[in-house]
Amino acid sequence: MNRPMNRIIIVGAGECGARAAFGLREKGYEAEITLIGAEPHLPYERPPLSKDGLADPQDPKFVADAERYQAAGIKVLTDSSVEAIDRAAKTVRTADGRELTYDRLLLATGSRPRLLPGQPQATPLIRVLRTHADAAAIRLHLAPGKVIAIIGGGFIGLELAATARKRGADVVLLEGLPRVLSRGVPEEIATVVAERHRLEGVDIRCNVRILGIEAGEERAKIDLGDGGLLEADLVVVGIGAVPNTALAEAAGLFVDNGIAVDETLCTSDPNIFAAGDCCSFPLGHYGGRRIRLEAWRNAQDQGTLAAANLLGAAEPIASVPWFWSDQYDLTLQIAGLAEGAATTVRRDLGDGAFILFHLDASGRLISASGIGKGNAIARDIRLAEMLIAAGKRPSPQALRSTETKLKALLAA
Amino acid sequence: MSGNWIEVCAADEIDEEDVIRFDHDGRTFAVYRSPDDEYFATDGLCTHEHIHLADGLVMDDIIECPKHNGRFNYKTGQAKGAPVCVNLKTYPVKVEAGSVFIAVA
Repeated sequence: MNRPMNRIIIVGAGECGARAAFGLREKGYEAEITLIGAEPHLPYERPPLSKDGLADPQDPKFVADAERYQAAGIKVLTDSSVEAIDRAAKTVRTADGRELTYDRLLLATGSRPRLLPGQPQATPLIRVLRTHADAAAIRLHLAPGKVIAIIGGGFIGLELAATARKRGADVVLLEGLPRVLSRGVPEEIATVVAERHRLEGVDIRCNVRILGIEAGEERAKIDLGDGGLLEADLVVVGIGAVPNTALAEAAGLFVDNGIAVDETLCTSDPNIFAAGDCCSFPLGHYGGRRIRLEAWRNAQDQGTLAAANLLGAAEPIASVPWFWSDQYDLTLQIAGLAEGAATTVRRDLGDGAFILFHLDASGRLISASGIGKGNAIARDIRLAEMLIAAGKRPSPQALRSTETKLKALLAA
Repeated sequence: MSGNWIEVCAADEIDEEDVIRFDHDGRTFAVYRSPDDEYFATDGLCTHEHIHLADGLVMDDIIECPKHNGRFNYKTGQAKGAPVCVNLKTYPVKVEAGSVFIAVA
């Protein structure tokens, strides 16, 4: 490092920001760390909010408890949003008027739920699911005799549907496209998911057009045109997320479907880095394609990488995208990106569990997606992730047959 | 300690660089065989969300949780970083007459 670095500020106290803060200490950085978050809580894990956590009225599942921040000397400002960055003065200004100086700044501002056109942020009967507060409000409606309408057949909507059914509520899930999970999940797997939901009593309706939603005193009405009028006790909109880029944009940083960073997570300002849901980055394993990921593991990996690079390591992004979802007793996991696949090979693991391997035209493994009960697919998906990272070209026969251990392919 | 040795399985029932689940007396353990052919045992559930570690992947001296990739050194029980921060309890292991035993005191 050319100059002494004494003050690092992290904007955004979610998984990514917290991971970066602890990562700085693990890398031996001993000076000031300030982690600033808009929510009233210490950083917590969001994945449980749509799963079992939704049914749990307790505190959120914290990434670390207060003692650990204290022991690590990490200053956490909760309930505090950053309103502006002055890049020339190297300061950030908070909503309550504080001005804090940084030597290096990390933006881990995350994403927020995409809303329907004209939808207010939160009304009692029409909600989104992103925060502990959202989950707490939704939870009140998940009871026998209640009808929950979920708009969007993605991970959030489907996980919420499973949790709502577990709690005894009736669920109608509305999807605009011909099938659920059309973004990033192969049809063969999405079919397994949809069939299970139907078996559990979820009314999944695809190819739906929503003409309007009207929130009354106690119930909401969704106008489905030819599909009639759907009445529900609660409507939850889960139609994706948009990156929080306003702060970066106002500061004149380059934004391209997220705060644009290079392969080291550095923004167009060499003293400012961005990581997690809020940034778009070039993915080396896939020809440097610029992507943005909304995923827990990505938030962790990039938080850790950002910590190293804030300190000057200049390490490139090396992780393979990885996602998971839990619905009922099914777990779905995906490693890599299947776009551009030329060949797909299926490996059956017994008890209905299977993995689809996707290879590109040159035979390189680019993605693996699997579904099964419990952890049936986990080990093979993890090995597939390592095969993808290593750029391996395993033979389709070897991938198909459970006689061949994937670990052996990794060594080959 | 010597009175508490419990037989787990035949030594060759665990592959090299692999792990099995072992349930005993209402408790669950993970029993490992390292790449250099030594045996180890830890509590069976991840300290993060109580997932069976035996479904995870063994790489050298690391066991990785199948759910959220929490990592532990299975020889020492040490948690190796997020999302896990609580160490795993380890148990003595011995191999005698081709069988693996653990002391589950």
